[in-house]
Amino acid sequence: MAYEKPVPAVDPDSAPYWDGAKDGKLMIQRCKKTGQTFLYSRQLVPGVDDSQTEWIEASGKGEVYSFTVARRPAGAAFQGDCPYVIVSVTLAEGARVMSNLVTDDVDAVCVGMPVEVIFDAVTDDLTIPKFKPA
Amino acid sequence: MSRQPVIVGVADAPTENRGRALPGTHVLNMQRDAANEALAEAGLTMADVDGLAVAGMWGMPGPGAMQPNLMTEYLGIRFPKYLDGTNVGGSAFVLHAGHAYEMIKSGVCDTVLILYGSMQKSQAARSLGGRPALFSNQFDMVSGLPSPAGAYAMAANRHFHDYGSSRETLAEIAVATRAWASMNPAAAFQEPISIDEVLAAAPIVDPLGRMDCCLVTDGGGAVVMTTEERAKDLKSKPIYVLGHGESASHVNINYMPDMSRLEVAERSSQAAYAQAGLKASDMDMAMIYDSFTITVLLTMEALGLCGRGEGKDFVKGQRTAPGGEFPMNTNGGGLSYCHPGMYGIFLLIEATRQLRGGLGERQAPNVNAAVCHGTGGVLSSGATVVLSNQKP
Repeated sequence: MAYEKPVPAVDPDSAPYWDGAKDGKLMIQRCKKTGQTFLYSRQLVPGVDDSQTEWIEASGKGEVYSFTVARRPAGAAFQGDCPYVIVSVTLAEGARVMSNLVTDDVDAVCVGMPVEVIFDAVTDDLTIPKFKPA
Repeated sequence: MSRQPVIVGVADAPTENRGRALPGTHVLNMQRDAANEALAEAGLTMADVDGLAVAGMWGMPGPGAMQPNLMTEYLGIRFPKYLDGTNVGGSAFVLHAGHAYEMIKSGVCDTVLILYGSMQKSQAARSLGGRPALFSNQFDMVSGLPSPAGAYAMAANRHFHDYGSSRETLAEIAVATRAWASMNPAAAFQEPISIDEVLAAAPIVDPLGRMDCCLVTDGGGAVVMTTEERAKDLKSKPIYVLGHGESASHVNINYMPDMSRLEVAERSSQAAYAQAGLKASDMDMAMIYDSFTITVLLTMEALGLCGRGEGKDFVKGQRTAPGGEFPMNTNGGGLSYCHPGMYGIFLLIEATRQLRGGLGERQAPNVNAAVCHGTGGVLSSGATVVLSNQKP
């Protein structure tokens, strides 16, 4: 069956993130000068204008910064998933990443919950980094 | 000659049947009628208008991408000297009032018309999905974050965690706002509701339920600003614009620096209070953009109406309802009066009416100064104005 959910409009800033996911790696950017890590993959570190950045593979471990449980879907393609969880995860490296938390117990999700990355190959071309309770 | 900017006319478009535009209305004549009504309040006509600010989501892709040009054409305004199409979400009109303040005060133009119209309900234009997974929205759209509600829900869960606020806190806001709406014949929903009803309403995106979310309605409005000097010859009681501020921080909620702290509103309100020479404690009432109940909780803390994390006590026991200690969102808000998609202009309209006085049972007592704060996007942009019925 065709994949009917939104697919990312991959751009030069985000390509390493999505390419990395296909290889089973969670890629984030790091400022060579300050060591600050971040996503989304802007060319400039916020607040630092003369720095160079590099892509690094994150550990994939982190904790829930915040979350919501969708009781209504974001369009028909997500209807069958309800209820499902969207999380903002603070990675061990510091960057904040948004994705889904895959769990059978949506009511147990809370701020501060330890999580780790998993990779969901939803099509031949698209693998989405998601999270599960650690 | 005082070029002190004042509001001299306001109008909101009539709706019926839970917020539908009247038969024969479309997005342009709705704005024309509101503009003429607001001008007529002051005894002005379209020929007096030499500045125009407008924002909306209509006519796109197409001529709606240049709304100031189109409304200049449609309204027959002759070569305006100031045009503003700034669109940073529903806060836009509060920014426009700030920009108009500077343009009027500095003498660029004399009389500014701020306009808004929307037919989103009649056109069934809203849904929780369907937004492109572009730029920083690649990640949340792929994940199915219902938008914009899901973003606000994330802020709410973080605020609950950081400060001990709760669904009951948010329900206090929904109930108080509905109580004000019950006194506004123009409100789409006027039947009083209880805390328990808000808590039991259909869940949408935890922790937000149906009654934590704004309405989806049609609607529009107009605001006319000019100089204090010009207002001396006009029919309406002028309301002084004393200060303004604006800011922005992100598009995607994941990049909001601290989801439980609305820093854009802290900064915009501090600028507005400083320009006005007033403090948060001088405000007698507030009109706060209530896209969601959590928007209000975050904003009241950011505006300094209470300390950070103290919003739960500020709203407890219906303190912001009719008869309470601090009148807030006295038109019934986006939660119960109307929400055509970009609600900010209604903050200015209602604050002006309250400061003029004579609203009957809906009149908040002893109001001399009001703070209006608009939020745009998903807590992305913010704009504040301070209004008063007292000559500065």
